[in-house]
Amino acid sequence: MRRLMFDKFHEWYEKRHDYARDWLAKNDGEVVGCFCSYVPEEILYAGGMLPVRMLGSHEPQDVTEPHIFGMYCPFCRDVLAQGLKGRYDYMKGIVLSQSCLHLRQAFTSWNNHVPVDFSFYLYMPNKVQTEHARPYYAAELIKIKGALEKWSGKSITDESLEAAVELYNENRRLMHEVYDLRKGPDPKVTGLEAMHMVASSFFVDKKDHNAELKRILPELKSRTLDRETGGRLMIVGSENDDTEFIAMVESVGATVVVDDHCTGSRYFWNLTERNGDLLQDIANRYLDRPPCPTKDWEERRRFPHILQLAKDFGVDGVILIQQKFCDPHECDMVPLKETLKEAGYPTLFLEFDVTVPIGPMRIRVEAFLEMLGVEELF
Amino acid sequence: MPEYKTEPLKCWPKAKELRQKYYLDYQEAHDKKGLRWTGGAWAFDAIPAGLGRDVYNITGEPYGASIAFDKKLSMECLEAAEAKGWARDLCSYMRNYWGSMYLNKYAFGGEYPKPDFCFQDHICCSHGKWYQHVAEYKDIPYFCIDVSVGPYKDLDENRLMFVVNQMHESIEWLEKITGRKYQDELLIEAVENEVRSTSTWAEICCLNMNRPAPLDEKTMYSLYVHGTLAKHSGEMADFYEELRDEVKYRVDNHIAALPNERCRLMSDTQPPWGFLEVFRYLEQFGAISVGSLYTFGLIGIWETKPDGTWGPRTTPMQKGESITTRDQALRVLADWNLSKPEWQHFYDPNLKTEMMLQIAKQWQLDGVMLHLNRGCEGLSCGIMENRLGIAKAGIPVMTFEGNMGDEREFDEKRVMTRIDSFMETLDMEILETPVGKA
Repeated sequence: MRRLMFDKFHEWYEKRHDYARDWLAKNDGEVVGCFCSYVPEEILYAGGMLPVRMLGSHEPQDVTEPHIFGMYCPFCRDVLAQGLKGRYDYMKGIVLSQSCLHLRQAFTSWNNHVPVDFSFYLYMPNKVQTEHARPYYAAELIKIKGALEKWSGKSITDESLEAAVELYNENRRLMHEVYDLRKGPDPKVTGLEAMHMVASSFFVDKKDHNAELKRILPELKSRTLDRETGGRLMIVGSENDDTEFIAMVESVGATVVVDDHCTGSRYFWNLTERNGDLLQDIANRYLDRPPCPTKDWEERRRFPHILQLAKDFGVDGVILIQQKFCDPHECDMVPLKETLKEAGYPTLFLEFDVTVPIGPMRIRVEAFLEMLGVEELF
Repeated sequence: MPEYKTEPLKCWPKAKELRQKYYLDYQEAHDKKGLRWTGGAWAFDAIPAGLGRDVYNITGEPYGASIAFDKKLSMECLEAAEAKGWARDLCSYMRNYWGSMYLNKYAFGGEYPKPDFCFQDHICCSHGKWYQHVAEYKDIPYFCIDVSVGPYKDLDENRLMFVVNQMHESIEWLEKITGRKYQDELLIEAVENEVRSTSTWAEICCLNMNRPAPLDEKTMYSLYVHGTLAKHSGEMADFYEELRDEVKYRVDNHIAALPNERCRLMSDTQPPWGFLEVFRYLEQFGAISVGSLYTFGLIGIWETKPDGTWGPRTTPMQKGESITTRDQALRVLADWNLSKPEWQHFYDPNLKTEMMLQIAKQWQLDGVMLHLNRGCEGLSCGIMENRLGIAKAGIPVMTFEGNMGDEREFDEKRVMTRIDSFMETLDMEILETPVGKA
């Protein structure tokens, strides 16, 4: 059977545990779970570890009820469920980079109830806008580097760190190239494919991921999708690797051309700029990222970035999605909607929960597309 | 027959008067050519005090609680926030506050007094965002200090200085936006007042270790609030010393909060403010809530004494140290606040469980009531792990679901029924002659 262009990313996404076990069999290192995309993975990678972003499974479950009160987001409970169900029994270390209270509970409960050899809570500042955050965070990175070295018994040398930064930057540049191919009138990549690409990069050794990106990119540039583009949509909001949802959206007369998610563009958007001290440069990269709402105050820097994306990718409308009970995103949703409206972008707000059926979502998306005047519907 | 004698607190009228004056001062600040600022009860209120003696603040959480106590006004405010599109599961204090702002209604009469600036700190997901919106809506300047540097046990120079450096930055900002010259001597005075009032409140809470308890938690809610309004104020610090002396008198004379104290409990997180009858219901069983980590540790500052017990943290003045410079004052202020018990469990529920077990042991409790508070994600963070930890230690624990500031999320009958079951497990029955209140 002919291999389709994004099959490998899809396979990695679906078989993430198989990949990690295989990696462990081939490498002298450990798999480390990263709670939140603010974990500075380069440092872990430089220490010979495979950083793996913790995501949920999108399955209804009740194993977390004794551990996390029901008013916290389904994502954090889904993540914890993975640990409680033993899905990551091969993983010996976990790291939390400070962001929201929700995910923090998944991390602390994991610590209490799932055996790990190494756990580290990284005090990433939330006020990234103050200059004082820079030296502060760089000093915290020295602590995690030291803790990782102590645990693994291996030094993280300047050379290995340099190499990791370069490898991660290369991955970011390559994914940017793929995203750029979605800007034109006929996007060469669907939203679902892009989601598989970015989400798989959370689990896969960046060497392998980069090799696959380099394999597909030349062919991708001359690709023609055998489908109508339809409405050009942007998805903005909290954690989202809901492949079923995006597949549905793209099956009813639309193409998702860009996103602003921690599981999407925000993960790779900016590079580590080399200016001097390597750990300071890494710290700066995470502080300067297109921000999560938890880190976007006092000034709003997230909204101008979103508007710029909408303009660059020729967006017709925006689907605002949010995990139920996600306070950081709820605190942004009203002004974000107003900002998009003022800029002329229609929006559709959808609240997500792993247990919400796709049918009602389809009806709402279809109605939204009709309002945008997407002709393929008729 | 009542076992213990009771009598009203003599300083109760003064407590009410101080609270009224606080809200009135804020409202009338501009009439006196003074400044008004708004921020959280966790904000470093000693810092704006350096702008002058005519600077008045209003803290959002107690203000939201005051609205919640007035069910009619609260419903108007919550609906006004919802009409703007805000989610119903957001902090209910914040929604009450925003609603009051949208409706232009001050909970104490008149219009919502427009603040001159917002000054906040950030430890939960909503703190920084709350006043970001107020500042935008009212078009006023805003500064927020990030205090999420980890628990006090892990504090080091880098973490402390991240907070202190932001404090220095905030003073430069305050001078710039107000055009006023900052007065370090007023900051030092405010810091001294803050450590005095918060240490004294812890001293008052310690007096509740006595049996019979001189105070019940419902009464303590009306008293701890002064620290949430203006812990930096000399007036509040003086009041707490007066209160401490009176509570000592009550202990010495066996004056009880509850005449038939038979069972000692503690609660957790903010109560459902519109339903404080819960505490009166407990009294029918001779059960008294003598406090909680919330009432003890939101305002009280504590330390572990050499014998391993919890007691009021020793102030720099008690140690014979004097604060003479801005930097020194800010270091004290940061270090003092970062040791606040209620800040620790934001990082790890085990720290809260340890503190709760310490209270249970030291205050000789028979059980724990956990309020699964849908209105505050900060203080409910990790609460289910606390439940597991307390139960594992062999202490009876019950939960009830509610909301501190949104009465639509509190089922009074269901909660009372759960209390009935809890009392039954503790072998407590309703007293034949219901007892009166102290």
